[in-house]
Amino acid sequence: MSESVDYSHWTRRAPDGAAEIDLAIDGIDCAACLDEIEGALKPLRGVARARLNLSSRRLTIGWREAETSPAVFIEELRRLGYAAFPFEVQRAEASETAHTKWLLRCVAVAAFASMNIMLLSVSVWSGNITDITPATRDFFHWLSALIALPAAAYAGQPFFRNALAGIRARSLNMDVPISLGILLALSMSVYETAHHAEHAYFDSAVMLLLFLLAGRALDQVMRRKTRAAAANLSALKGEVAHRHDESGNLVTAPVSVLSPGDRILVRPGERCPADGVVLSGRSELDESVITGETARRAISEGASVYAGSINFDGALTLRVTSAGSSSLIDEVGRLIEKASEARSGYRRLADRAARIYAPMVHATALATTIGWLLYGASLHDAIIIAIAVLIITCPCALALAVPAVQVVASGSLFRSGVYLNSAEALERLAEVDEIVFDKTGTLTLPIPRIANAESLPANVIELASRLALSSRHPLAAAVAHSGPPRSPIEGADESAGAGVKAMLGGREVRLGSASFCGVDKGEAAPSGSSLIFFRDGDAVHRLEIRQALRVDAVEVAAALRARGFRLSILSGDSTASVAPVAAALGIDDWKAGLKPADKITAIEALKTAGRRVLMIGDGLNDAPALTAAHCSLSPISAVDLAQAQSDAVFLGEKLQPVVEAIDVGRKARKLMRQNLLLAVIYNAFAVPMAILGFVTPLIAAAAMSGSSVLVTLNALRARSRSEMVPDTPEAARAADPMRLAVVGRAPT
Amino acid sequence: MTILVILVPVALALGLAGLGAFMWSLRSGQYDDNEGAAHRILSDDDIRR
Repeated sequence: MSESVDYSHWTRRAPDGAAEIDLAIDGIDCAACLDEIEGALKPLRGVARARLNLSSRRLTIGWREAETSPAVFIEELRRLGYAAFPFEVQRAEASETAHTKWLLRCVAVAAFASMNIMLLSVSVWSGNITDITPATRDFFHWLSALIALPAAAYAGQPFFRNALAGIRARSLNMDVPISLGILLALSMSVYETAHHAEHAYFDSAVMLLLFLLAGRALDQVMRRKTRAAAANLSALKGEVAHRHDESGNLVTAPVSVLSPGDRILVRPGERCPADGVVLSGRSELDESVITGETARRAISEGASVYAGSINFDGALTLRVTSAGSSSLIDEVGRLIEKASEARSGYRRLADRAARIYAPMVHATALATTIGWLLYGASLHDAIIIAIAVLIITCPCALALAVPAVQVVASGSLFRSGVYLNSAEALERLAEVDEIVFDKTGTLTLPIPRIANAESLPANVIELASRLALSSRHPLAAAVAHSGPPRSPIEGADESAGAGVKAMLGGREVRLGSASFCGVDKGEAAPSGSSLIFFRDGDAVHRLEIRQALRVDAVEVAAALRARGFRLSILSGDSTASVAPVAAALGIDDWKAGLKPADKITAIEALKTAGRRVLMIGDGLNDAPALTAAHCSLSPISAVDLAQAQSDAVFLGEKLQPVVEAIDVGRKARKLMRQNLLLAVIYNAFAVPMAILGFVTPLIAAAAMSGSSVLVTLNALRARSRSEMVPDTPEAARAADPMRLAVVGRAPT
Repeated sequence: MTILVILVPVALALGLAGLGAFMWSLRSGQYDDNEGAAHRILSDDDIRR
């Protein structure tokens, strides 16, 4: 290899002086991989340690820098059949991890406190009806206070902080009544304890904290898992750039370290890693992921190129320009900004509930005080009863009603290959009644396929796809994806820009241009497709490559229509390529040749007509429309900007996850509403009891935990009964686009 | 009942010890890889060597 890879960006220094690197590993499907990988790496010269994290599929290797380099490890892993890419923990993920640990610490403190306080409380409750002495009771209450006050001060922070932030922003969130309830219960209990009273509510306050914290911690763990999996996927794309360093040598560097002014080389078949201007070279670019157009654009010196477009024929040298320096990206950025203002107006179900709930509860408590005062009770008794109202209504069930469903539903989506960016997306997903598709890369596969496969002998496709694995050319990639996953042919030899050939069982096989295969081109390819030839001995076959629909696109369109959705297509591609797709799917409502602004206009028009739009798209040109839509989805092959604007990203080559996401979203919303209803029913019984002054700490504890358990059990029903994508490793692999991308990559 | 003055703090101290142990295990990263830990206990590479 003529080119060195610069790993320094990913390498960090461990405390013991060894260098350390994290690698994201693809291909781990069983526990035996753990022994295999660590066992193979540890004996290598210079390796200080190797530890695989089976949950996150990441490997940390420590090595002595003088003796070896990461290239050796990656090669060794490749030999074992695992693809490995250097991995960098993003700041967002690191802070997420820290937040998870903090929440777990809070849970631990609350659990400790509530267990020990309950021990004391049960003694008091049973003592109150037998023979506890007032001195012992006071002792137990003071001990409870000693545990509860510091524990609440520590473990209550997640709620107190949110509540403060909410009050500062002049909006009522669920954390305001929670914090108020906890603080009032604690201060009243201290007051009562000081006055030798029979009842104190320390146990209720801390138990409430424990339940709510547990819900929040589960939510956080789920979110972190999703984020880690998404980060692995983006690392496994292996996006690197070939950069010329100061002395003119080519060095492979991660895309994240590129800065404006760098000179980079983009070889045929590679994606442009950054926006730039062509310094030298001429080629054709496939910009379908940028503009949605499938026709290639010829470029030469001075032309500007976008990150994500695929270089076809010739090697290009680019000068990297800063992001947002081209007119298209400027326009897209401006449109996104405008569209995102509209979306921020959405109010989550839980917040809407809190807005009604909080004032109602506080008004009830106030009315209770006044009512008892008028009835002739002392101020002390009236306030005690009012606080009991606040404690019993303290929205344990209400605050768990929505998050509990979200945790279960996003977990079930995660297993079917849909990664939610935000939990509230579930609610918006459920409200959708119109679905707008982008065509290129969304309804069609991101990589084209052989279109005339039926007219070819079966073994031609098989051989051609194996041979194609040895080429980097985009057309070869299309051929490689058309066959079942197989091993490449040994000893294949690529002539850049012409084709690839190999000897197989005494005869020569060739895949490439017409002249490379020694035949006449014949008639021109139909519009929208490209030609590539395959020669097996003396027989020559003509392969037509064109965009293909996702395998289940027709079924998914039918399934969505059966659920009552209106479907339409908004594409940036030409009418000639959109029409057949729309016809195949039975979608009458389609528009072609749209600019990003046109897509937004179309979506706005649907919105004003009162429709709630789900936009599904992958291109840079879709990003503003994805932001403007009520809810949005992207396939994993989408450009980063589009993924960032989407509510969820789905994996795999199928569209089925879209149906799944909508079904789970609808089910989740139904369960959220049921849970809110359960909470209301609970309150309908508990509040009158509290207002009448019947609620003792024992009843409060039983009622609160009972309602929380009920709501949580109901939420568990969000686990989808039939998981469309089975949990088996084989199925997960088949559904995983990165897997194909990695296998299809030529050995470097 | 004066025995309570000794027993209750003892019980609390035990609870605190448990809390401390959890904090320590969280800090030392023992929950970072639950799946791997379940399988690592079965590996016997320390004997092979």
